[in-house]
Parts: sequence; structure tokens; C-alpha cells
Amino acid sequence: MDTLYLIAVTIIKTAIYFGLLMLHVAYATYAERKVIGHIQLRLGPMVVGPHGILQPIADIIKLIFKEDIIPSAVDRRIFTIAPLISLTAALSTFAVIPVSEGWVISDINVGILYVLGIAGIGIYGIIFAGWSSNSKYAFLGGLRSAAQMISYEVALAMSLVGVILMAESFNLTEIVNKQAQYPMGMFLLPQIIGYFVFVVAMLAETNRVPFDLPEAETELVAGYFVEYSGIRFSLFYLAEYLAMFCMSALATICFWGGWTVPPFLVEIFPFIGIIPGVVWFLLKVYFHMFLFFWLRGTLPRYRYDQLMSIGWKVLIPLALINIVITSIIKYYS
Amino acid sequence: MGSEILLRDKYLPVLLVIAISIAIGVAMLLVSKFFRPKRPYTLKLTAYECGIPSTGDTWERFNVKFYIVAIAFVIFDVETVFLYPWALVYKKIGFYALLEMYLFIFILLIGYFYALGKNIFNWRKD
Repeated sequence: MDTLYLIAVTIIKTAIYFGLLMLHVAYATYAERKVIGHIQLRLGPMVVGPHGILQPIADIIKLIFKEDIIPSAVDRRIFTIAPLISLTAALSTFAVIPVSEGWVISDINVGILYVLGIAGIGIYGIIFAGWSSNSKYAFLGGLRSAAQMISYEVALAMSLVGVILMAESFNLTEIVNKQAQYPMGMFLLPQIIGYFVFVVAMLAETNRVPFDLPEAETELVAGYFVEYSGIRFSLFYLAEYLAMFCMSALATICFWGGWTVPPFLVEIFPFIGIIPGVVWFLLKVYFHMFLFFWLRGTLPRYRYDQLMSIGWKVLIPLALINIVITSIIKYYS
Repeated sequence: MGSEILLRDKYLPVLLVIAISIAIGVAMLLVSKFFRPKRPYTLKLTAYECGIPSTGDTWERFNVKFYIVAIAFVIFDVETVFLYPWALVYKKIGFYALLEMYLFIFILLIGYFYALGKNIFNWRKD
């Protein structure tokens, strides 16, 4: 009986959480087009609804009604299952991500390991898609993407070791609470090297500009999902944006103090304390999402050899130095 | 609270979320299957290679560097796996743990510089 109650509560929580999450993802695509449009002195989508506000809904309907083309030369079983793997991996990471004190589906004590582990499974979706398509572009895109993601995953995981050294916990709620005693209520200043490494690695992990080599339109057309169409394509698209939200949330939780208000702001504006934590959390996540869009509108793409040397020759040594410095300071304080 | 109860309370929801995630993906595919047209013909079902007839198979040999990077990844990922529990408990163990981990990182750095010397992270031809 108790287990049934637990299951019911979880399903309700997940329905609310995922419902709002999907809304955010849909409007992230709209926000991206608007932001990039304005950066390039265009207006972005303007036709569907006032200022194009209903554009994401129109897009969803269009993608559902599109034909699902499965080329005859593909490895059918792997080809059809690859987008599902990507989506499942991206979506399940949110099981442990808290949006405010106690507002989480399951507050497990190895939260950070779970997020990194499940997010890592997403790579399989991309490799499977690239391999099974039996198309040269998809194949090259898949290979590039696999090498890129595993290279930057090392840097990403190492940059978080500094945070764990400071927080002495894998639990995401605990990590947020530990940040209260540091300047601005964040790990941002003491972990500034770690944050830098994390942000660069998160751009590469989500295959975003300036590291969007797997998709490189000008040379690989669309990379690993060149053969996908209709709903399967949109599953990959969804997975990419979910991964961006996941990384933004992780950056917010680990470096920006999660849902807490920076203490100096409360001192200047005392009334600010009544704003609920989830608003702060979302603002910080939106900032990181904006960073993704902003960089996409501003930066050109790296070459492949540059990508590899940044990952292995700059980020990993930086992350190791960060670990050594943090552990010494933490030990003698 | 017994550890079994703890395990159930914390990890059953996680399992459920994973199941729901799969269900969402499958549901989207099914909904689309209901609405979308299906009009395949031979040319539509060929691999897209910019309109030029595709030659040969894709599943052939490719650059060995991808393998080497994968091997380097395994080594460094295992290192990270060791760093994580260490980061959690090194203060309780004391100075010994600090020194031990530096030794571990140092040994890995030797391997790292060997790999650098072998140019495995250098993807330029020249």
C-alpha cells in the first residue's frame, strides 16, 4: 500500500515537472530563434500569433504530421531506436535535479554521479544514429561527435570534482546548501577555474556553437541525424535542448548557488527575500540558456584539430590544477 | 529507516522516471504514426549524399585516431572515477589521502605527457 502511494506521488510529481519542462524546451527553441534573430538585426519568427509566440506549437504539429523516412540501406533496428535512447537519457537526468529546496522528484545522495552517468548514455544515441544511417555524412558526424563528447566528458567530470571537494557531498541539494558560507552565496568565485572549464565543456557536450562540429552544416549537412526526418528528428532535437537545460541546471546548482538569493542583494533590497527560490533558480538557468544562444549568434566554429587540442591540452590540465589547488586550500582551512 | 526502505523510497522514483521517459518517447512515435503519411519510393529511400548517387558502403575503415582517443578517454575517465570518492572522504582520512592522490595524479601525468609526445591529441597533418 505504501509503495503504491509512493508510485502515485512520483507519477504526479513527474507529470507536473515534465509538463513544465517540455513547455520550457518548446519555448527555448522560440527564444533561441528570437535572440539570434535580434543579434543578426532580424525579427525572428513573427507570423504565428503575436510576435510569433505560437511558433513552437506550430512546429510541434508540423513535425508530427511529417513523413518518417527510413532509408532502405539503414540498419533498421538500431536506426529506429537511436532517437529513443537519446531522448530517454536526456529526460531521465531530471529525476534528481532540484528546482528549489525539496522540489525534486527523488533526492538521492549520489545525484551528481547519476546526472553525469545518465547524460553519458546519450552518446550512444548519437553513435547508433551515425553508424546505422549508412550515409557518409551521418557516419562522419557520429564519429566526430563521439570523439568530441568523450573528450569533453572527462573535462566536465573533472571540473565538478572541485565542487565536490568544497561541498563534501554528491547530493545536489546539499551542494546548494553548502554554498551559503562562501562569497555571494556561490561557489563561483572560489571555483572560477572549475566554472570556466565546466562552461566550455558543457558547450561541447551539448554539441553547441562554437563546438557544433558534429552538425557542421557546411561540410556534413547535419551530421549524425542527416537521414532522420519527422518525429524521429524531433526526438533528437528535443534531446539536445533537454541536455542544454540539464547542463544549465547543473551549472546553476554547482556554481551559482541554485535557488538561493545572493546575500548582498538581500542587504540592498530587503523585500527581495519574499521571492520564492524557484524563481531565482529559473532566472539563473535562463541566464545559462541565454549564454548558449548568445554564443551561437556570436562565434564561428572551431576546426576539428583545434577542438581536440582545447579539450585535451587546455581543459584537462586546467581541471587538474583546479583540483590540486582546491584540495590544498580546503585541507589547510 | 532500514536501508531497504531507503533504497525503495529514493530509487523507485528514479526507476519510474526512467520508465516514464521511455514512455514519452514511445508515445510521441505512436501519435505521429497515427497522423503521418507513408509514401515511400526507391529514390526517396536512398542515402542523402547531396543528390549524387551514393557509391560503396559506409561501414568501412576510418581514421585510427578515433580509437586512440577512445582509449585515452577510458584511462582518464577511470581516473575521474577514482577522484570522485576521494574528493568526498579525503578530509576524514587526512594528509595521507592527499599525498596518495597527488602521487596518483602524478603517475597519470607521466602517461599524459607520453601521449602528448606521441602526438595523439594533435589532429593536424603537418
